[in-house]
Amino acid sequence: MILGLSHNAQWVLASTLILGMAAGVVGCLAYWKRQSLMSDALSHAALPGVIIGFVLAGSKNMPVMILGAAVSALLGAMMIQWIRTSSRVKEDAAMGMVLSVFFGLGIMLLTWVNRMPGGNQSGLDSFIFGQAASMVREDVYTMAITALLILAVSLIGYKEWKLYLFDPAFAKGVGLSRATMNVIYIVLLVVVIVIGIQAVGVILMAALLIMPSVSARYWTHSFGWMMVLSAVFGGVSGLAGTWISTMGQGWPTGPFIVIAAAALFVLSLSFGMRKGLLVIALQHRAQRKKLSGTAMSSSAVQRGGWG
Amino acid sequence: MDPVLQVNQLNASYRKNKVLTDVQFQIAPGTLTGIIGPNGAGKSTLLKVLLELHPRLSGTVSFFGTTYAKAKSRIGYVPQRGTVDWDFPTNALDVVMMGLYGKIGWLRWPTRKHRELALQALNEMGMADYAERQISQLSGGQQQRVFLARALVQDADLYFLDEPLAGVDAATERAIMNTLKLLKEQGKTVLVVHHDLQTVADYFDHVFMLNRTVVAHGPTADVFHQNNIYRTYGGTIRWMGEKSG
Repeated sequence: MILGLSHNAQWVLASTLILGMAAGVVGCLAYWKRQSLMSDALSHAALPGVIIGFVLAGSKNMPVMILGAAVSALLGAMMIQWIRTSSRVKEDAAMGMVLSVFFGLGIMLLTWVNRMPGGNQSGLDSFIFGQAASMVREDVYTMAITALLILAVSLIGYKEWKLYLFDPAFAKGVGLSRATMNVIYIVLLVVVIVIGIQAVGVILMAALLIMPSVSARYWTHSFGWMMVLSAVFGGVSGLAGTWISTMGQGWPTGPFIVIAAAALFVLSLSFGMRKGLLVIALQHRAQRKKLSGTAMSSSAVQRGGWG
Repeated sequence: MDPVLQVNQLNASYRKNKVLTDVQFQIAPGTLTGIIGPNGAGKSTLLKVLLELHPRLSGTVSFFGTTYAKAKSRIGYVPQRGTVDWDFPTNALDVVMMGLYGKIGWLRWPTRKHRELALQALNEMGMADYAERQISQLSGGQQQRVFLARALVQDADLYFLDEPLAGVDAATERAIMNTLKLLKEQGKTVLVVHHDLQTVADYFDHVFMLNRTVVAHGPTADVFHQNNIYRTYGGTIRWMGEKSG
């Protein structure tokens, strides 16, 4: 643990580490489901649920608000699905619509709640950009335990996830139900989002899902290693971002976590072993060298032949 | 002998279009059947409906005298190569191993025995040297062979292949056809969606001619003639003159 921090701060750090790991692993699933944007839509869609949960509970009651977030994110997911299947609108447009409408609704409700007596002290604003420091011991426990469960479900079913993501039609033939896997996937995604929004915020939660997995892609050709690396990148981002945000009074956590994740991405993009920019540049150089070498010798042969 | 596949009065639509109308046929065990028909005839849809990957409007389908759900472990399926993302980070051996997942059991790890079965199937397809190769780095023909190896490890009694010869090299085409003939000799039943009319007579002992409904079905020598081909494809076919010439 990092010295010089309060006991509570160390707990918060540990929990954002685990949250980052869970988000990294679930993000990997979303990446190969080609639904990275889905996580963005769902996290924005969680906001109205948080506020409605607050209003219903009458106070900042975390379980109720988390439930509200989950319900409204799931509602968003169903709406995306419904728009996609029953209208001409494509999935990306459906996501864009749901994302902005739900977020707009959330902000509207938030404005309204803030005008209520006592509302502006609610700390609801921290759900937008995340405020890990506002978490109390129970929040930390809930988040850490849930994140560990998510990690367990993702890793125990590693083989099944691989099959489901690579070839769902074939999966059905060997007895793996696509519908069941779809449900588990959406539940994992929603749960990791709702437990993360208090620390990271609804706007930036998606980054913690998307960036670790795209960074991991630069280092490996194995799905298993990609999950492990994505968990490591997510965990490090969560830890580093939270740590930095504890240095100033009232600094939001989300932006620092995202910046940390982005830094890891830039590192991966530049130095990654698999199609990292440096590796590609070196390969090109080696090939050019080889090519100019053979070109020189062949032109020498030609000259010899012609001369 | 009882048919391995019996289809009655099958109807199916794709979006709003009726694709299959009153499709009715049965497949005898130990046959190698080519399913042919023009684009949009419903060949792939038929396979998907049979394998319950696409809903049917009405009709009955029975495999080995029972339902698909009960006969699933005896059925192998090779989807079209284009239906999966070949960029997925895995290697050829891993993909073949997926054919064994049902036998390995859910949430359990494969053992050395499973690995060896998968390697053996790759070897049968002439792909042993590529076991550890990333699937994204395989050629189209090699990818198709990996797919077939994955179906082989399932050790099924009835195989469905959706255009396995589309866009593959000559060596792969030979390897695949040899394997299918071998399966047939072992008493297994194979159905192949096929698009090249020139090779139908060489490759298949039975032919199933489909254009939204069954146009003709039977031993290749009996039904694969110009009249039926014309009835299946309408006026869109040009090669017949060349072939008979």
